[in-house]
Amino acid sequence: MSFFARSPWILHYDGSSCNGCDIEVLACLTPLYDVERFGVINTGNPKHADLLLVTGSVNERNIEIIQNLYRQMPDPKVVVAVGACACSGGIFARAYNIQGGIDKVIPVDVYVPGCAARPESIIDGVVSGIAALEEKRKKTA
Amino acid sequence: MNPAVYGILFVVFAPVFGGLLAGVDRRVSARMQGRVGPPLLQPFYDVGKLFQKTTRQINPIAEPLLLAHVGYMAACGALLLGGTDLIFTAFIFALAALLLILAAGSANSPFSFTGAERELVVLLASEPFFILMMAAVCKVTGVSSFGAVLASTQLVAVQLPGVVLAFLLVATIKLRKSPFDISISHHPHQELVSGLTSDMSGRLLAYVELGHWYESALLCTFMVLLFNWSVPLGIAAFLVAYALEVLVDNATSRIKWQLLLRSTWVATFLLCGGNVLALFLLGR
Repeated sequence: MSFFARSPWILHYDGSSCNGCDIEVLACLTPLYDVERFGVINTGNPKHADLLLVTGSVNERNIEIIQNLYRQMPDPKVVVAVGACACSGGIFARAYNIQGGIDKVIPVDVYVPGCAARPESIIDGVVSGIAALEEKRKKTA
Repeated sequence: MNPAVYGILFVVFAPVFGGLLAGVDRRVSARMQGRVGPPLLQPFYDVGKLFQKTTRQINPIAEPLLLAHVGYMAACGALLLGGTDLIFTAFIFALAALLLILAAGSANSPFSFTGAERELVVLLASEPFFILMMAAVCKVTGVSSFGAVLASTQLVAVQLPGVVLAFLLVATIKLRKSPFDISISHHPHQELVSGLTSDMSGRLLAYVELGHWYESALLCTFMVLLFNWSVPLGIAAFLVAYALEVLVDNATSRIKWQLLLRSTWVATFLLCGGNVLALFLLGR
């Protein structure tokens, strides 16, 4: 029996987001959406996390930070790119310091579109992430 | 029944009790915040998942230390119910806590190390109380084993109201509740990331959780010592105290370690010491 579906712990990282998506991610924890119902915890520690939720695009300064956070997470792990900027760079894609979406530096498993992404779609993305997590666990087991 | 059987029953059922308590805690906390909260068995799902996750060891000494931590917590309860001297069990309790500090300190990272240092302060704050409490219980009942205290006809809590009050304060520390959760917290996003457990992953984190379940059950047995008329009375008293702890946890913010040390020592020596002194002066 796998417990990953019942206890997905999340690490939230803000790349170069305008904070729109960050507020929506935090809204998921509030009484209205209450993702803790599904066992989700916002850990703030990569070593405890199963899902990496990244908002905002990659810029020159945070490439190493994102890679470091990803490397610190123990397997199995899944990356969810939240919002247009995290998926492709969004409206900032052609700015001089922007590299593009999160998939330029680490492998992304789930893309959640939207500007800003709605809490409902973020929760949907996390659910898809759990399925990906389960697949990865079966491969490694 | 042979007291050793009670000891074995503690080792088997204490994690079930501690885990369920943590589940109820999370649900009640969520209700206090206007949320639905996770399922009752969530702590068991979490620990199950942690055992399925890859474990990254920073320092290979951490795993034996954490296993010993869980072992000593379990042994402390088993010895207590098995009829060992009460004060001896208080020392085993401190040893178990010390092993957790060593495991966290072995990671050699700033967050873990600060967490370990703060846990030392926590140990320094709480330990005098447990020794004094056990001594007071021995003094009042005239016996020094769990079974004999339970067989005693007088209610310890009536003789030691100060100790019961101080227990409420110290239990807040041991249950890692705000405002005393300086070294590690149930709630993420504190200033230390997660203090003691910052560098523990996979099954290492599961051991810490398991140790905490034993610790909760152990605190419950300490409460039974104070409300010694019957075991259900003691457990009921502990559950009332735990409900108060959850309320305080949700209503207060974290304090600095200086205030933690000062307030617990003042409470220990005034309430506990004063209580024992009063009994001496009254000639009981």
